[in-house]
Amino acid sequence: MATTPRPSTQRLWPRRGSLGGVAAVVGTLVILVVLWEGYKVLGKAAGGLVPFTEMRLRPPPDDRSMPHVWDIVSAMFEPARRRGEPLFTVLGSAALFTLREAFAGFVVGGLGGFGLGVWFVRSRLAERALLPYVVASQTVPILAIAPMVVIWGGRAGLPQWTAVAIIAAYLTFYPVTINTLRGLRSPAATATELMRSYAATDRQRLWKLQVPAALPYIFTALKISAAASVVGAIVGELPTGASDGLGRALLSYSQQFTAAPERLYATVVFCGLAGITFVAAVSLLERRLVNPGARQRIEAEAPGLMVAGAQA
Amino acid sequence: MTTATTAAVGAVGLGKVFEGTGRQRIEALQDIDLAIAPGEFVSLIGPSGCGKSTLLRLIGDLITPSSGSLVVNGKTPHQARLDRDYGMVFQQATLLEWRSVRRNVELPLELIELSKAERAARAEAMLDLVDLAEFADHQPWQLSGGMQQRVAIARALAFDPALLLMDEPFGALDEMTRERMQQEVLRIWSRTGKTVVFVTHSIPEAVFLSSRVMVMSARPGRISQVIEVGLGARRDDDTREDQRFYEAITEVREALRHRQGAVGGEPVREATS
Ligand SMILES: Nc1ncnc2c1ncn2[C@@H]1O[C@H](COP(=O)(O)OP(=O)(O)OP(=O)(O)O)[C@@H](O)[C@H]1O
Ligand SMILES: [Mg+2]
Repeated sequence: MATTPRPSTQRLWPRRGSLGGVAAVVGTLVILVVLWEGYKVLGKAAGGLVPFTEMRLRPPPDDRSMPHVWDIVSAMFEPARRRGEPLFTVLGSAALFTLREAFAGFVVGGLGGFGLGVWFVRSRLAERALLPYVVASQTVPILAIAPMVVIWGGRAGLPQWTAVAIIAAYLTFYPVTINTLRGLRSPAATATELMRSYAATDRQRLWKLQVPAALPYIFTALKISAAASVVGAIVGELPTGASDGLGRALLSYSQQFTAAPERLYATVVFCGLAGITFVAAVSLLERRLVNPGARQRIEAEAPGLMVAGAQA
Repeated sequence: MTTATTAAVGAVGLGKVFEGTGRQRIEALQDIDLAIAPGEFVSLIGPSGCGKSTLLRLIGDLITPSSGSLVVNGKTPHQARLDRDYGMVFQQATLLEWRSVRRNVELPLELIELSKAERAARAEAMLDLVDLAEFADHQPWQLSGGMQQRVAIARALAFDPALLLMDEPFGALDEMTRERMQQEVLRIWSRTGKTVVFVTHSIPEAVFLSSRVMVMSARPGRISQVIEVGLGARRDDDTREDQRFYEAITEVREALRHRQGAVGGEPVREATS
């Protein structure tokens, strides 16, 4: 709460329009491409074996396991089916579909997680009774839960995408609950006493002191949750058999892997893009809403704050 | 002499015990009698742990007494707090870092749901009072420690409390800034006529500011002596060279020494001025 440390100008996410940031991202991409292609060249030169041994390289450096980067890119512009749309529009609309499910789950999970955090901070009893179950809920693999949710959702007559959104929410709420709780408790004792000296009501204290103080913590969680909700949505799509999302694309292109490995890789790239897009959107919102001084102080004081987020 | 019932702050036989676990029962204050007149400036001084903050927090209804009675402006401290009779300033400025200087000063005014225009006008006036009008739109971290503390004072004065409670507000400041802040507080005090209860570790600070200095002793915390400073209401840099200023300092110092010898409390930091 004390405001002595002046925030440095360093940022976690590159500034919008900052050339340095864009250059760093592009540079990393170039390095990854060079590593990929370099592995293939050197691996082939070594006859597909780990040098000086008889062990086969994994993954094998051949074009069937690791297609050239340009083949992956050009596959995106070829029709996904005979005389159909190009692969990238197919994947693009699949990504949009999945992002919509992820977003619905993210909103529900985010609000639910925030609500639980507020409830816990107001009621020790609720915290003690429920927090262990909240933690335990995250040790159950999402792969085990997803089919159940889909089946129950189907029996209840819910549209398939809502079942997927529920699974995304399941991965979203946990980091938000933990960080909301932590953030609401973060104001210094003197700040709390200050509010008491003003005879502030509990509600005023919550909205004028605790929630603003918790915002940087909550956004840290939301960035984790944004990525996790995309993972949740993709995993949730697998048992639904829905034909629209990235989950379905992953399934069908992995069946075509021997014939056309580029398609699966292209799908993986789109899964990553979907996650990055979502996290970037949350970061933009964070930059508008969270005081940069507060954000950097909290990130500096508690690197361990990043609660373990996604599993699956 | 002010009686306990007409006083801005009146205490009779006031005591505070912190019940710890097992034998860790701490008798922080015992048998405190005091009467502070409306408009008076009173300092509390004493060794660390003698209960100065505890006494201030009792007055401000941040904690409740274990024994005795305490009256603030003819009411219970609880009622006084609900009536917004208190302006508090702590050692740390405790500004909300997500609010601009202006909005920090407006915070207490938002709580009483003053209109936007009224809030702006009041904040403006308070920042003017502490000479920070031109910093209204700065962020707290852009201000020096002394400026932050002045914002805290402006905020404490914002809803015109009858009583200003200050707990070592200048403890974290360097000596030069500290003297300027003392001057500032005196100016505000003479302009607003608030009752001020001021906790400090510095003897010159207590003497320079107060009409009376209450010297406390430790274990159990008590008021061991009350010293009338008698420097008059107008005080400036010349006051610090006044003969009476030195006499009062010596008087307070001896009161502290005397008690220390008797009770074996910790030494008081003797800030020079
Ligand atoms: N919340 C609390 N719980 C238990 N004991 C407390 C509590 N607050 C204060 N005390 C005890 O009461 C005594 C007086 O504390 P207090 O903070 O009032 O001293 P102080 O005179 O303000 O000291 P300092 O000059 O160091 O600020 C101390 O022995 C302290 O340990
Ligand atoms: Mg103290």
